Amino acid sequence: MRALALHLGLLAVLLALHFVLPAYHHGNLARVMVLASFAMGYNILFGYTGLLSLGHALFFAAGMYGMGMSVQHLGLSAGSALVLGVLAGAVVSGALALLALRTSGVAFMIVTLMFAQAGYLTILHFSEWTRGDEGFVLAQAGRMFWGVDLSDPNARYLAALMLFGICLMLSLWLVRAPFGRVLVAIRENEERVRMLGYDTFAHKLAALILSGTMAAAAGAAYGILFGYVGASFAAVQYSILPLLYVLLGGAGTVLGPFIGTLFMFYLIDLSSGITTAYMLIAGIALVMLTLFAPQGIMGELRRRLWKGLP
Amino acid sequence: MDLGPYLVLATLEGAVTAAVLALTAVGLSLVFGVMRVVNIAHGEFFMLGAVLAWWVATSLGGHPALGFGAALIAAPLIVGALAMAADMTILKRLDYDPERTIVATIGLLYIIQQLTLMGYGPEARPVEAPFNTRLAIPWFEHGPEGWQMIWPWGLGTTSYKLVVIGAAVLILCGVWAVMARSRLGLVMRATQADREMAQAFGIPVERVYAITFGLGAGLAALAAVLIVPIQQAHYLMGADPLLLSFIVVIIGGLGSLPGTVLAAVLIGLSDGIISVFFSPTLAKIIATLLVALVLVFRPQGLFGKRAA
Repeated sequence: MRALALHLGLLAVLLALHFVLPAYHHGNLARVMVLASFAMGYNILFGYTGLLSLGHALFFAAGMYGMGMSVQHLGLSAGSALVLGVLAGAVVSGALALLALRTSGVAFMIVTLMFAQAGYLTILHFSEWTRGDEGFVLAQAGRMFWGVDLSDPNARYLAALMLFGICLMLSLWLVRAPFGRVLVAIRENEERVRMLGYDTFAHKLAALILSGTMAAAAGAAYGILFGYVGASFAAVQYSILPLLYVLLGGAGTVLGPFIGTLFMFYLIDLSSGITTAYMLIAGIALVMLTLFAPQGIMGELRRRLWKGLP
Repeated sequence: MDLGPYLVLATLEGAVTAAVLALTAVGLSLVFGVMRVVNIAHGEFFMLGAVLAWWVATSLGGHPALGFGAALIAAPLIVGALAMAADMTILKRLDYDPERTIVATIGLLYIIQQLTLMGYGPEARPVEAPFNTRLAIPWFEHGPEGWQMIWPWGLGTTSYKLVVIGAAVLILCGVWAVMARSRLGLVMRATQADREMAQAFGIPVERVYAITFGLGAGLAALAAVLIVPIQQAHYLMGADPLLLSFIVVIIGGLGSLPGTVLAAVLIGLSDGIISVFFSPTLAKIIATLLVALVLVFRPQGLFGKRAA
């Protein structure tokens, strides 16, 4: 009950911020909420199931390109393009899961990394349709969603909040449902879960598809809301960022991805004003986190203050 | 030019790629074999080697051979020392946990890369080769007067490229000798076989780990110094060697040195030849997919015998 109140409270605060924030931070927060949805998808797999993927950019990009290409080349409306993007993410993550889940540990990390790299290169290779590195800007008409113009900052913020709310509530429900409990058990001791009679492969498969689909939804939404689709979103950096967000905020906590994204976004935003080498901050954060705070911010909170934090 | 001379040229270029790749990949393989650490920052040690080579060569000045010779010694030593420091301050404290070290080395990758961007800048800079004689290669053709020797235009290589291949072979033999014949190699192999047992027998495992990590990084730096007269030093140049080394190490069997060298020759040569016929991006797509599939269906590698 307290947990539900906390998460609904966060959504209410974010809604209230919509009316008071200055334009610059208003735009930033919309971006943070979409990226946090990406990180929440990542968290289902990494934080709750214990599978460290280095290839989530593939799913983010599958959603983004699934959406973008169908607007650009099929002339679909934003609504159906969004659905296609999410479907593309589900299909790609399902296919990848069937192959990658045959491995575990370090091999799983490298396999996901390699498939994501192949995906990125494929986007570059078919640059006639994808426009490669340069990317393409979505036309204004392609960003109308049920008569609402999503390029308008206010509509954009509310749409991002809606996506974020859905992902947040879905995560919260998931981790407290029996299915989520099994995932946590797999993270802790897979052998024992299998011995208890659970089909661990099916659970991991479902977790990866769910995780990839949520990442794809974030990717598709990012494309529509900010009007740009480009190959840089498929590069290794976008596989590392959700890992960083989740580690910073706290792996295996529902609020962690949002807190981590918010912190990291502003840290990079501030430092990119000083130097072009802003990824330095990400590197230092990664090393420091693995050394001193493997639990992340919300993980530490859970350890010290509130044992039952989901 | 006919296909024949073209293939010879591609093979020669491929052999240079293979030589440098073998050195880089053996460094990665050594670290993985002995320490069970997947070093994502390996490509950045390669890049640091190239950048340091440029720095040493330009700050010394004088004849190119002087600067290059100094870089050949200094760059691997500096990079090796840096890697040892990173091992002792970061990896050791993570207790060499496989997953956490991967995350930490990703962090290290960005730190090294971005610090280089800040200090060295985004330009690509060349290092002059100590010697660079052009060597033309003859070709035999069946003409109206029977077989005759011709010198096709464009078919040739430089003395420096041949020396790179020779040097790589020498260094690899050196690495093999150290691993198979010296006391250090014995201790390293003992640590690889069973870390706790080695410790129980009084082997300073932590020092062995630091030396291995430094040696692995030093080999990558050495490879970079060798290639930098052919390919310029740039702060993002670490990505390709990292990817290729991974491919080589995985195809060759994780942690197996002979397999790694064999795979490096295979990949290096085929990379040169494939990129003559296909676009380089397509070649890379095929290579990455191949690696992923090898890991899924044959995790011990194509040449490996045991499961890694």
